Amino acid sequence: MSNHHGHDGTKDANVSTDAPQFEVLAKNPRRVEKAAALTFFVSLLAFAGFGAAFWQNADNEILGGTLGVGFLGFGAAMVIWGKYLTPRGPFEEERALMEVTRDAHDKLVADFVVRGRVAFGRRGFLGAMLAASGAVFGIVALFPLVRSLGPLPKKSFYQTKWRRGSYLSTVDGRRLRAADLLPGSLATVFPEDDLGGALSQTVLIRVQESGNVVTMPGRESWGPEGYVAYSKVCTHAGCPVGLYEQLTKQLLCPCHQSLFEVTKGAIPIFGPAPRPLPQLPLYVDGSGYLRAQSGYDEPVGPGFWERGGTT
Amino acid sequence: MIGEIALYSFIVLLATGVFLTLYFVPSGQDVVYHGVYAPLDGQTVSAAFKSTVDLSFIVRGGLLMRQMHHWAANIFVGSIVVHMLRVFFTGGFRRPRELNWFIGVTLMILAIMNGFLGYSIPDDLVSGTGIRIAYSILESIPFVGSYLATLLFGGVFPGNGSIIPRFYVLHVLILPLIIFGLLGAHLGLLVKQKHTQFKGNGAREDNVVGAPLWPTFMIKTTGFLFLTTAVSILLGAFVQINPIWLYGPYIPFHVSYAVQPDWYMGWLDGALRVMPSWEIHLPGHMVPNAFFPSVLLPGITFNIMMAWPWIEAKFTGDNVEHHILDRPSQRPVRTAIGASVLAFYFVLFGASATDVLANYLSVSLNVVLLSFRVLCVVVPLVVYPVTYKICTEMSHTRGAGKRKRYNIIVRGEDGGYSAITAEEYPGYGREVLEPIDVDSVDLSNVMSGPEPKSTDGVYQIPRDYR
Repeated sequence: MSNHHGHDGTKDANVSTDAPQFEVLAKNPRRVEKAAALTFFVSLLAFAGFGAAFWQNADNEILGGTLGVGFLGFGAAMVIWGKYLTPRGPFEEERALMEVTRDAHDKLVADFVVRGRVAFGRRGFLGAMLAASGAVFGIVALFPLVRSLGPLPKKSFYQTKWRRGSYLSTVDGRRLRAADLLPGSLATVFPEDDLGGALSQTVLIRVQESGNVVTMPGRESWGPEGYVAYSKVCTHAGCPVGLYEQLTKQLLCPCHQSLFEVTKGAIPIFGPAPRPLPQLPLYVDGSGYLRAQSGYDEPVGPGFWERGGTT
Repeated sequence: MIGEIALYSFIVLLATGVFLTLYFVPSGQDVVYHGVYAPLDGQTVSAAFKSTVDLSFIVRGGLLMRQMHHWAANIFVGSIVVHMLRVFFTGGFRRPRELNWFIGVTLMILAIMNGFLGYSIPDDLVSGTGIRIAYSILESIPFVGSYLATLLFGGVFPGNGSIIPRFYVLHVLILPLIIFGLLGAHLGLLVKQKHTQFKGNGAREDNVVGAPLWPTFMIKTTGFLFLTTAVSILLGAFVQINPIWLYGPYIPFHVSYAVQPDWYMGWLDGALRVMPSWEIHLPGHMVPNAFFPSVLLPGITFNIMMAWPWIEAKFTGDNVEHHILDRPSQRPVRTAIGASVLAFYFVLFGASATDVLANYLSVSLNVVLLSFRVLCVVVPLVVYPVTYKICTEMSHTRGAGKRKRYNIIVRGEDGGYSAITAEEYPGYGREVLEPIDVDSVDLSNVMSGPEPKSTDGVYQIPRDYR
């Protein structure tokens, strides 16, 4: 144990710099110095090159290449310097333990209590007023949260812009007719007063040539002339359910790969989605336009606390 | 050393970030793009998207700065994670460094969050989909979810256009400020407590052995700053990252194939994918599916991580100060728990690529997903005992895991050969321990507290010796 304090010694003020740990690590310092100097010089050239490249508005690769080599050279030279041309050590230093002794701890607590008692003892009423005023401010300070940050959710989660009689329009406002889609194709449609709407987005699919598509008991009239329409917002995490597989008649969400059975009320058959996509009831009016019988009968998109556990 | 990389990539982030703020327009306002990138000409995009494209194509050095910024963010989070693993597996978080571990975990969470905010604000199709998912995650929180979501977004999704400016101010001001402050505390505690050290070379609990701060460390670490920057620059110059003009602007009803977040959010995306389609339905209320993988899972993980030093101390009863690091093999239980949790998150990370893997391996998506569901249960259960066994074997095997040393063959005067084991590091003198007479040693100034217990003539030194 004794040699620890003997041969290492930054704490030893009059230690000789001839001590072995003051020697540099390099066996041949002159050569290492030359190498580091050369590396600095390379970085100098590269920095100058970067300046020229920037002046001339060169390509990204040339800008980054020159600047990168500049930094690389500079850094490498510094590391060589620091590793090989500084005292090789090892050096030793004392480390005071962090532990606070029992006495010091007790004294700190005692001081705290004694001084505090002068300020706060018998000032109960003052303290109560401080608390009361602070509490009022604290509550008032929360007002901007609910009054200006954004509207409260209220009923906005439950409704979309789809109404009884809404035309099914493409994003550029064209109303779709029953004759517009070929069997097996699909379109993204919106109500006319919410074109491009993130929540109203609805996927319209013509699953067959003709006849009513009955996806579920109670939805006998929802799918006229081979059409069905579902909310395009995934019930899992809200991504657009954008991929339709014609052969299997399934909709796939590209984000987390939930799969929905289009002819069976879009029930999820694979992946994390917990609920079917809400279906939009359709009808074809006298002029052949596709229209909504009503809005969705449940909130579209992912679940939320107040939604309740329907279906 | 790994922590230094994290620190320096943060400096790179600050420097490049300031540059980017000079040109980026944090606004969701629609504008029509007329610029040098022809394929987008005439498209309606947000001002944020347009300014990011202009920043990449028109501003001198802009693309380099943008790509550097993005690469540095990846390096930042990556080095924090690796640094944290090092500290965890070597027990560097033990007393008196519990608080610094806590700060470190907080920094990691903030770094991940700020990374997400940063890649979200260009308002492109991929990151926009990420924002949509983030909204759904917020919405899924019981009691307050719908309020949090609408208040943050300024209304039901996509809100009133305030999400880009709000993410922006969080990204460039609020989170960096908190990170900056915590980083100061992290380093301040490091200076006060001094670095931990491994056994050997004369290192003890009450000393610090190694290279001095001045000049050796200062010179080397400056070199490190430049090297970290150099790596960010070279990546930014030669490896394209986040080419948003190829993704296009965010349109709520558009989506693309292979939508993956940056790597540090991958585990979250994977968790969302492997989660079975369960929800909890209560009378009039529900706990949505997304809550379990994206709020509950990280909530539990991060809380346990933050509390780990105290949890471990509770189980081991070890409450004394440690400045000497453990070898991971000496602490098989801790190492096995860490490896097991890490393996779980690796599997989740892999699961974020189910669609890409299915395509690449030409197997059905269902097979890939079901395999990942099985793997994320099985892999941690296998990793634990295997790690435990390796650790116990290593700590029972002499010389295992130690640095190999050369034998120097020397020819003696008599013409014979003998082998001398070389020094562990060149120039480091080995301590030669001489046998001493045990009975003559006065232990009274070495130990206070309870008397050493003697069983079968073996002295057991009590744990809390001073």
